[in-house]
Amino acid sequence: MWRDAALVAGRDLRIEARSRVTVHQVAPFALLVLVLFAFALDPARSILERATPGLYWITVLFSALLALSRSAALDETAGARDALRLSGLDPSGVFVGKSLAVAAELVVLEVLLGVGVIVLYGAEPAGVGLLAATCLAATVAVAATGTLYGALVSGLRVRETLLPLLLLPVLAPVLIGATRAFEAALGRAPADGWPWCGLLAAFAVLYSVAGALAYGTLLEGS
Amino acid sequence: MTTTLPPRPAPGAARDEADAARPATTASPATRVLGAAALVATALLVLYGLVISPADREMADSVRLMYIHVPAATYLYVGCFFTTVASAMWLRRRTPGWDALAEAGAEIALVFSIITLGTGSLWGRPTWGTYWTWDARLTSTAVLTAMLVGYLALRRLELDPAARSTRAAVLGLLLVPNVIVVNRSVEWWRSLHQGSTLVKLDPSIEGTMLVALMVGFVAFGLIFAWLMVHRFRIAWLDQKADGLDLEAALAARRAESRAPTAPETEVTP
Repeated sequence: MWRDAALVAGRDLRIEARSRVTVHQVAPFALLVLVLFAFALDPARSILERATPGLYWITVLFSALLALSRSAALDETAGARDALRLSGLDPSGVFVGKSLAVAAELVVLEVLLGVGVIVLYGAEPAGVGLLAATCLAATVAVAATGTLYGALVSGLRVRETLLPLLLLPVLAPVLIGATRAFEAALGRAPADGWPWCGLLAAFAVLYSVAGALAYGTLLEGS
Repeated sequence: MTTTLPPRPAPGAARDEADAARPATTASPATRVLGAAALVATALLVLYGLVISPADREMADSVRLMYIHVPAATYLYVGCFFTTVASAMWLRRRTPGWDALAEAGAEIALVFSIITLGTGSLWGRPTWGTYWTWDARLTSTAVLTAMLVGYLALRRLELDPAARSTRAAVLGLLLVPNVIVVNRSVEWWRSLHQGSTLVKLDPSIEGTMLVALMVGFVAFGLIFAWLMVHRFRIAWLDQKADGLDLEAALAARRAESRAPTAPETEVTP
């Protein structure tokens, strides 16, 4: 399974490295959202500073929707989905590979957005261990859940509009947990944040397992 | 059901014939009795809820909304449970009945979730002074409603029926786990953020108010069951109709190929 996962992740990342959709489109979009939040809220920074964790994770979720939609679209061109089905690769491996590729892109986005909120919102990083652990757990959670739900809507004409409707309610706990953990870290009370980080980790494990089990059914059934 | 076939028809052709022989209706004597019972129970609920039971000391007449709100919320979860169990069974057995049951459960759960949210916010206005508050239960019910809308949106898509059922079943299977995860995390979120500031329902509910609530549970249980049976049968007939369309199309193609205007061309080696 892990060898198959590495193959699929390598394929997705290689396509990304050649097409540069995430770097040239999703990342600028994410930074643009940060700027738009500043327009909508108080430019005097008092509101922005308080709302930084929430705005950060909202931006990550919106950008993740684009990245996930892109990841699902990769399998729709040139019969790639049929090829995957016929290739004999372990479906769980395909799922893990696609999730890892999305997770890798999201990590890059999160680092970029982190720099963005430091520069634009005046956030001061503190509790780096908690921040990193939260990012890791939340990224895996979003990537796994998103890859699973991406497979649910793949090949549909309405894929891009249906995916957010299905995915965002399910990701509500991730948004809550990641935001609270970030608030605790930035508020210099990291002890309050670790339980939320635990919630994120549990969520990530739950949906990774569910996705790995269900992906075969979805790949066959479409 | 008036059918001349033996009580336990063998699966396969005989059963299909039996289905075809049935009139395309969703009613049967049993559901008529069920519907009549639901009407009687609803009348009783109106009587108990609006006339016999007294107004609450603190909540005044708005307490009467609880006789609808609490049963509706309960059967909302029953509907979700039906969908998840039926989805799991469909993935195991791949028999159309489970698929129809999953669809029926989700659709009726959505109706009950809208009733729950509507009566809840009407009750919240006089009691809490606001239609909406970020209480754990309200928030998680709203998220659950969004999930049900998403599930039904997926079911409405023009897609190969088998593929659609598979995708819907995976989504339906995740419904109850999702609900549990969201409920837990939202409750945790609110409890950390602020203490329980909301007025709790008086736990020592008794007398005619308790009777009214119990009547509410019975009435909504009967309504739920009646809706489930009919929605299930509609889904079942829908599947049959899809099959008929396919058969008609196949027959038309066969007739075309047999038509004298299109003789088979001889292929020389």
